[in-house]
Amino acid sequence: MAFRAGVITFPGSNCDRDMAVALEAVSGEPAIRIWHGDATLPDNLDLLALPGGFSYGDYLRSGAMAAKSPIMRAVVDAAKRGMPVLGVCNGFQVLTESGLLPGALMRNSGQTFVCRTVPLKVENTSSLFTQGFEQGETLRIPVAHHDGNYFADETTLDTLEGEGLVAFRYGEPVNGSRRDIAGILSANGRVLGMMPHPERAISPAAHPSMGGAHGRRLFENVIGALVDA
Amino acid sequence: MNVRILVRLKPGVLDPQGRAVHHALEGLGFDSVEDVRIGRMIDMDVADGTSDEALTTMCEKLLANMVIEDFTIEKLDSEKEPA
Repeated sequence: MAFRAGVITFPGSNCDRDMAVALEAVSGEPAIRIWHGDATLPDNLDLLALPGGFSYGDYLRSGAMAAKSPIMRAVVDAAKRGMPVLGVCNGFQVLTESGLLPGALMRNSGQTFVCRTVPLKVENTSSLFTQGFEQGETLRIPVAHHDGNYFADETTLDTLEGEGLVAFRYGEPVNGSRRDIAGILSANGRVLGMMPHPERAISPAAHPSMGGAHGRRLFENVIGALVDA
Repeated sequence: MNVRILVRLKPGVLDPQGRAVHHALEGLGFDSVEDVRIGRMIDMDVADGTSDEALTTMCEKLLANMVIEDFTIEKLDSEKEPA
């Protein structure tokens, strides 16, 4: 059956189109656009993506309002039943605020918005999203965020590390994240939240400073795994 | 009923904003400042009889992020009504 990915748009999302383009480019199938006010998800989705942006103007805390929107109740239910979910940037913030991933994303330690391509070290190669990468290899993927400073208490961090749920680590100081964490997986490995934007690095024609096509491999990994399954 | 919620970062959670403001105060010559922590104040007008439990749940579910923040709930009397 044709691959079906859903991309959720919240008021203030601004990477939803890029996310849809990336999914369509790799899967060859149109991505289904989903509005935050919907209470139910379309049937037979293979993957859900929560895009970057500034949902609800980052009011209260980044991702806090979006995490309580009607569609997120359906997303949380689906994720608990095993639906693969990818949250990028604001999508990662929404995933922590909704409790699907542990920890929180705080203001960058340098106080400034960080917008550049960063080295990203692959730490997990067994999840749907990361299985095509090599342990320890360095990707180059752009970041663009003000609240990307990953925080969790030491016990949670130890659990994440002990269970191999740290997906990516920054290869240089970026935002003050605890243990340089850039992306984490849920306990079942099917929910990935990451601050860097793989959907902005899907074309080999992209300027090398934008990461070239390193981000495309993440989509190839997850779509390949789900289509083969 | 007027309720004032104060949301603050938990002790031990680094507050980059507070640190920057502390630094700026020092730059202005206020060298007696030993620490700055920045929080958020939320004033609400709620129906009389709203239970403490409901207020606590509002804080836990939305107004504060319990991973990084603590909150206090203060019921304001009419003289202290927020402007």
